[in-house]
Amino acid sequence: MKPLRMKITGSGNGIESKNAVEGSSPAIPELEKTARKIRRLILTMIHAAGSGHPGGSLSACELAVALYFGVLRHDPRNPSWEGRDYVLFSKGHVAPLQYACLAHAGYFDESHLKTLRKLGSILQGHPNMHKTPGVEVSSGSLGQGLSVACGLGAGLKIQKAQNRVYCILGDGELQEGQVWEAAMSAAHFKLDNLCAMVDANGVQLDGPVADIMGVEPLVDKWRAFGWHVIEIDGHDFNRILAAYGEAEKTAGKPTAIIARTVKGKGVSFMENRAEWHGKAPNDEELRAALAELEGGAAR
Amino acid sequence: MSASVARFEMKPTRFGYSEALLALGREDDRIVVLDADLAKSTTTERFKERFPGRFFDMGIAEQNMLGMAAGLSLAGFVPFVSTYGVFLSGRAWDQIRTTISYGGLNVKLGGAHGGLSVGPDGATHQALEEITLTRVLPGMTVLVPADYQETIKATRAAAAVKGPVYIRFGRAPVPMVTRPEDPFMIGKANTYREGGDITIISTGAMLAPALRAADNLASRGIQARVLNMHTIKPLDVDAVVRAAKETGGLVTVEEHQINGGLGGAVAECLVENFPAPMERVGIRDTFGESGEPDELQESYGLTAEEIEAAARRVIERKGPR
Repeated sequence: MKPLRMKITGSGNGIESKNAVEGSSPAIPELEKTARKIRRLILTMIHAAGSGHPGGSLSACELAVALYFGVLRHDPRNPSWEGRDYVLFSKGHVAPLQYACLAHAGYFDESHLKTLRKLGSILQGHPNMHKTPGVEVSSGSLGQGLSVACGLGAGLKIQKAQNRVYCILGDGELQEGQVWEAAMSAAHFKLDNLCAMVDANGVQLDGPVADIMGVEPLVDKWRAFGWHVIEIDGHDFNRILAAYGEAEKTAGKPTAIIARTVKGKGVSFMENRAEWHGKAPNDEELRAALAELEGGAAR
Repeated sequence: MSASVARFEMKPTRFGYSEALLALGREDDRIVVLDADLAKSTTTERFKERFPGRFFDMGIAEQNMLGMAAGLSLAGFVPFVSTYGVFLSGRAWDQIRTTISYGGLNVKLGGAHGGLSVGPDGATHQALEEITLTRVLPGMTVLVPADYQETIKATRAAAAVKGPVYIRFGRAPVPMVTRPEDPFMIGKANTYREGGDITIISTGAMLAPALRAADNLASRGIQARVLNMHTIKPLDVDAVVRAAKETGGLVTVEEHQINGGLGGAVAECLVENFPAPMERVGIRDTFGESGEPDELQESYGLTAEEIEAAARRVIERKGPR
């Protein structure tokens, strides 16, 4: 029997997560509102830290928000709850996105966000499983998360447990060979409790992924490795929720969601700009970015 | 403890690893084993046959194997990851460092074919750097058992502690010097011979030539203490310092690079605590080559004669008493 999906108990929006996979549409406007808040938190905390990675944090925002506030079975008050679904950020540099989601969900107080990357903070530059409630595994050296997700998936299979495992990867990260070793093994072991989300924003630190080291055709590659593949607009909550639902219903093979996204999404001067992969906005840039996000809010 | 060096039965330490895994597998269903297409060589195939549902052959993909083990440990299992030590410690070092050690994950690393024991396969397959590579990692325990019996004990001890452990064992048969009743405590060196003139500290299968060297020295009136340092990390600092204070000089012996290995660890300990004359017997900053294991040991100076000569040089450096 499946564990019940938990109602989010934190400072969140109180969406009943189970709606997401049981067909009746969750409150998309609520998710959109949450995404806007998460974006504000991301930019504000990176500004306060003086360093960090806004580009990928903004591009994967809807993927993570849909997961934490629409799909996931979890209990922010009890991060080690046995029935929880696992979220692994293989692209560990988008820690600000994960931290914002965790804080908003109630894993820890939002006041911690301003301590990002500071000495003694529970919020390290890259995720640390022992310092931050809700972080399942430490990551930051790219290409390793999907392997860990495979181990979790295989272990849960042995235990005949119903928990699901979600792993967020970047498209640049797919240049790491280990990702494909993991992709091979997930299909080999028929890990249908595993869902990989590729935040395909097309831009990496040095420039466009296609120019640095092309990784396309992504859909064909994942399919050839034995995965069920769903390609979507990674900023469209309807498509994202449908994809997560389809992944959960897919039996016998793991699912890869190729989410086409825009790096720096939501802040026009950051969008599709490699320079915003790993740079903090200054005071003026933060003001402009927040104003733009406010303007985008349907108030 | 004391041991005569006359004649010992020979057995590969890798058999001890799989023997212990079989026992652990029976006792604890959290034990899972992963291998990278070398299950026949590492002998984990025995576990696969007995517990097929808890065995993963990961193919020739070490990096993924280490990540997979990390995930299994997060799901509550106790994974033993096995392949040749040279690939385990080298090819997947960052996975061991960042995913496993940094996370303090309960993953056990079984490094097979340590040292020159893989012989004719040559330098590419001979593991001579794993002690250095693993002992530098915070939170890592590094075990180098001396023989078959001790490998069983080391493997069981690894399962009993929480956190990452590297266990080094070999391919070729080596003398069974330790006895089933000898204690095995992680971080506690075993004394196999008492003596006050010099201390020989060996690790792994070098215990047998170390004892032979001590016998040779005794026939010339020099009494050597012999310590079996089966744990490189955490190092038995007390035993090393006591040896330096009581015998005045030391020789380390390892089938491994002297830089960063047992010799490195003991030298670091002495410099900080009680500087004393010391020599390191081991691989001297070079790669191996093809040959039978015993030929290679002879060729690279891992013999009782070399240990004895090193001991004499150290005693010389100690000066008049």
